[in-house]
Amino acid sequence: MPYSTRGFALTETANTYSIDVVEGLDSSMISPRRMAWRRYWHHRGAAVSTVVMAFIGIVVILAPLTARYGINEQVLEIREGNNIYLSPRSIAWFGTDDIGRDMYSRLIWGVRTSLFIGAVAAVLSVVIGTTVGAISGLKGGRLDDVVMRVTDIFLAFPFLISLILLREFMGGVPWLTGIIGEKSSIRFLIFLFAFFGWMGVARLVRGQVMALKEREFIEASRAAGASNRRIILRHLLPNSVGPILVALSLSVIGAIVAESTLSFFGLGPQAGEESTSLGRLVELSQQGAKQGNWWLVVFPCGFLVLLAVCINFIGDGLRDAFDPKLETGSSR
Amino acid sequence: MLRYALKRILWIVPILIVITFVVYVAVRIGWNPVASYKRANPRASREKIQQYIEVNGLYPGFSGYFRGYREWLWSFVQGPDNWPRSIKGRALVYPQLRYAFFNTLRLAGISAVLGIVFGMALGILAARKPGGAFDSLVNAGAFFLGAIPPFVSGVVLQLIFAVNLKWLPTGGVYPPGHQGFDLVLMVKHLILPVSVVAIQTIATYSRYMRASLIEVSTSDYMRTARSKGISESSVIMRHGVRNALIPVVTIAGIDLGALLGGLIITENIFNYPGMGAYFIKASTTGDFPLLMPYLVIIVIAVLIFNLIADLLYAVLDPRIRLD
Repeated sequence: MPYSTRGFALTETANTYSIDVVEGLDSSMISPRRMAWRRYWHHRGAAVSTVVMAFIGIVVILAPLTARYGINEQVLEIREGNNIYLSPRSIAWFGTDDIGRDMYSRLIWGVRTSLFIGAVAAVLSVVIGTTVGAISGLKGGRLDDVVMRVTDIFLAFPFLISLILLREFMGGVPWLTGIIGEKSSIRFLIFLFAFFGWMGVARLVRGQVMALKEREFIEASRAAGASNRRIILRHLLPNSVGPILVALSLSVIGAIVAESTLSFFGLGPQAGEESTSLGRLVELSQQGAKQGNWWLVVFPCGFLVLLAVCINFIGDGLRDAFDPKLETGSSR
Repeated sequence: MLRYALKRILWIVPILIVITFVVYVAVRIGWNPVASYKRANPRASREKIQQYIEVNGLYPGFSGYFRGYREWLWSFVQGPDNWPRSIKGRALVYPQLRYAFFNTLRLAGISAVLGIVFGMALGILAARKPGGAFDSLVNAGAFFLGAIPPFVSGVVLQLIFAVNLKWLPTGGVYPPGHQGFDLVLMVKHLILPVSVVAIQTIATYSRYMRASLIEVSTSDYMRTARSKGISESSVIMRHGVRNALIPVVTIAGIDLGALLGGLIITENIFNYPGMGAYFIKASTTGDFPLLMPYLVIIVIAVLIFNLIADLLYAVLDPRIRLD
């Protein structure tokens, strides 16, 4: 069933493994992981997106080789004597911006920064969210109530409002600045998104743990004397690896879009002259649109949408691979 | 059910107090109005600073947060005429908030109704034949359109229809200098922002509705309904859609509450003077007398719409008991 059930609160406790079991009997003894792998590559969108993302990843990691100019290097167009707002041509494949920098190279450097922010923020928020969700799901009781109420309020609040308020607050606490950096640094943004992003993951993992913890194999390991820690690490987490991977992929694009959104309001990273990000390039595109310089709009926005579509497809593919009926924490 | 609703409504008050207090402290720490006043007026005398602190309730220390918050709360509950004035420029808060609220209500209301109705309709039509041509079209369209962030679609629509073709205005509610009410002009200014929001909403809700209806249609009661010999459309509408609506309604409740907070991105692109623009203005200066009533409205909207979703949930599914 290749349809998505993203955002459904009600399928949380659905019987998770029956489909796997039936398919496992049919397809003569291959491991569940192998089956998931196979299903993943059968999802056409996910397969294509993986290849595209791998290509982008290689280009971006090798940026010193693949970019034609430095981050702030200007294109020298000697013949026309002027290098600003050039439309795409052989000397500048994606055109140049207001001070004559090559958009193609800047895009590579920008995507590099944005993917870095997205990946690190996603890993951090998934680690925090998984820990909190697993503990509160397993322990239940008062702790669980408090965690879930806080999570609910954060998720119900409009995303940008909480993000902006949180940003100002975290930037205003002096002793935090020593750890997470200045308000306009990339490190600060990563911590901000991690701090903001763990709640969706926590809710998702909690649901998964609550559904799993009543099953016989957990009871058996408890009877054998396993500690809570062992149960979480050896039994609950390996059995929820699918939803966690889906949440991870969606957190990456969530952080990238959030970075672009903040940049759009001038609240993004202002990491000096040494770096740029996809968000900053998109921010400039509004100005480009008003002047009619289409290449300043099409390329940054196009890449942002391309990344969003690819990562969504990958998330979709992972969801189908591990479990066709699954709830994911919506990463709005 | 009435008792349940009343209980939930009463609960709003303590939640409101906790949230506004937390935000009050966060804003005081985050923006530190006294420090920025000193920065803006480096030669202000000590008496002047003391006066600034007294007027706005910016007492220092942790107990100062409680005292300042209590004073704010006390004047707030006395009604809009007594609300504390904004700390920058001492402007009245209520008229600004009112203006912003009704602008957003218009924009958000129209786009939510259009988006949810069309989204659900497309989802229902697509789910009639999963895997068919129409279904694939709707699914792919929703997937791509849903992946486009609003600031991208907003800028692109503005570039095409306002800058290049010049069919529609680039932004605002009325042209600069316009006085009075004019429906045609207003609608013209609403078309682009409404489409940006509606595209997103249609994409989301068609996917939700479709997934939910497909899930429902494999259940036994749908087979039973078909075997009774009633028409296919009646099976889908009366047995399928009603059950498929249950999860969708929950999500809609959360979304609608959040919409009233303003469509911050869309309003910003189109220079639309709504709640989002109000928030951005208040938050860039850390003007908490502007910010606090705004948050009160949002929290109430979020909680009330959640409650409505829960009540509808019980209406649609009689097995759910609320008490």
